[in-house]
Amino acid sequence: MSAILTAENLKRHYEVGGGAFRSAATVRALDGASFALEPGKTLAVVGESGCGKSTLARVVTMIEPPSGGSLAIEGREVGPDGAAKDRDLRAMVQIVFQDPYGSLNPRQTIGQTLMEPLMLNRPEIKAEERESRAREMLRMVGLRDEHFDRYPHMFSGGQRQRVAVGRALMLEPKILVLDEPVSALDLSIQSQVLNLLIDLQEKFQLAYLFISHDLSVVRHLADEVMVMYLGRPVETGPKDEIFAHPRHPYTRALLSATPVADPRHEKTRIKLEGELPSPMAVPEGCPFNPRCWRATDECRREFPPYEGERHRYACYHPIEE
Amino acid sequence: MSDASSATARTIAQAPPSPLKDFWNAFSENRGATAGLVVFMLFLLVAIFAPLISPYAPDTQFRDALLQPPVWTDGGTWQFPLGTDPLGRDMLSRLIHGARFSFFIGIVVVTVATFFGVVIGVIAGFAPTWADTLIMRVMDIVLSFPSLLLALVLVAILGPSLLNAMVAIAIVLQPHFVRLTRAAVLSERTRDYVTAARVAGAGKMRIMFRTVLPNCLAPIIVQAALSFSTAILDAAALGFLGMGAQPPTPEWGTMLAEAREFILRAWWVVTFPGLCILVTVLAINLMGDGLRDALDPKLKRS
Repeated sequence: MSAILTAENLKRHYEVGGGAFRSAATVRALDGASFALEPGKTLAVVGESGCGKSTLARVVTMIEPPSGGSLAIEGREVGPDGAAKDRDLRAMVQIVFQDPYGSLNPRQTIGQTLMEPLMLNRPEIKAEERESRAREMLRMVGLRDEHFDRYPHMFSGGQRQRVAVGRALMLEPKILVLDEPVSALDLSIQSQVLNLLIDLQEKFQLAYLFISHDLSVVRHLADEVMVMYLGRPVETGPKDEIFAHPRHPYTRALLSATPVADPRHEKTRIKLEGELPSPMAVPEGCPFNPRCWRATDECRREFPPYEGERHRYACYHPIEE
Repeated sequence: MSDASSATARTIAQAPPSPLKDFWNAFSENRGATAGLVVFMLFLLVAIFAPLISPYAPDTQFRDALLQPPVWTDGGTWQFPLGTDPLGRDMLSRLIHGARFSFFIGIVVVTVATFFGVVIGVIAGFAPTWADTLIMRVMDIVLSFPSLLLALVLVAILGPSLLNAMVAIAIVLQPHFVRLTRAAVLSERTRDYVTAARVAGAGKMRIMFRTVLPNCLAPIIVQAALSFSTAILDAAALGFLGMGAQPPTPEWGTMLAEAREFILRAWWVVTFPGLCILVTVLAINLMGDGLRDALDPKLKRS
């Protein structure tokens, strides 16, 4: 199947500090990510805090322009203006945020929240039609009709997240960016929302960019997995491959940190030394080298080239089985 | 007590409480605020129906009853319950009409100051750093003057009249609204729902005034209520200094100024306008405090 979104060496750098007496520092929040999204498939992005997952989400959603690289949606290149002036482009990609308590406007009813995207982007649709579509969407995400006129503070986290999913789908997007959509929810609610997302994906053939740090959720949902470290993908591949045969030492360490619900399970946890380096001072060469137990001089000189076809990884000393 | 329990029962039977009802529950819990509201409403009614309530017109002179004391002292009569002023005008009538001016001043000043303050504040909150800095430094300059002094200077430039006094007070009060709005906007604009509105295609204006502003209103409402009393007080002060409403306008501050020379001979001519100012300002401040407690989630007891 052909890709609906392709990103080529996508970068996003921020200038910080920079007063009258200091020169600005550059934060390389996202430093060269290449991937593709396919309809009906889920690409999960995993990595620890500060690795650029959320920046990636903001760039793909065209909230922020990329500093470098290219982003193409359905073959159309996204310009520096992003989606600011292009309704069709905007309607293609929508986002669900992590925090269900902050992502809904407290002064808008659920109905208004759902209708707002239509009102702004499809002014030709009449008010009654708009309302009936919003009510339809409310049912589709598993809420009841009487919720239409209520305010967000009357809802639980899981219900709010359903509303957020509904709002994202109002413009009938083809790509949905899910920025840790369930990490703020209770475990029992998590699975409900995840199942809703899976159902909706099948129904509308949505392409998901699923950002998470919860590997058990990723295992449940993903088709492809991209592991990121300090702004760069270090390993990409089909989910089963990544989980069964991680090649990059960082992936291996990450996987070993997943709790297993089996008390007899032998603990082979790899403990990483040291802190995640500041993204303002990314180490030379492979960014993982200061914490890696397999690092050599080679790793400290240059970022390793990507190896492999479908299962790609950037490491001079990949783990062999 | 039975009232309260039946109210609770009703809320449970119905859907969850509306935000308005929620607010009223929190507000009415505060006795001072409720008292303030009652007094405020009373003054408002007096102001609206002044010509119907007051026994005489505010500028009718009774030449044979100059400086007559109030009814409960020696020499007082029921004809003038609060006595008369040095020109033989009925104090009660003048005070009742004075309420009109005070409310008029309060409403106009607060409306003007809030409108411009909020608009400038929202713009500053969304503006690029240099424009934000420029706006806020100008506001800091305005704030660095003692407010009454600045108002005096402005009136001196514009010429003494009630209208100019109101303009001056509005200018003096407006930086508070700018700072408050900007601070609220800065904390709200990074929230996810604002980003969500942007992704949904909302333009800059819509985000500023339809998405963010309604969520910043609580502190602004409180500030507006408290500024109402400041406006009345400052207008009275300007009137007292001869820079506000001009005689024979029955404005409370102006009345104080006119009667100053008689303060030892006729205590009532200064006491009653002063009391009116005190009670009104106190009532509004109590109400404003209650508003803050009810609207500010950080101070809300859960």
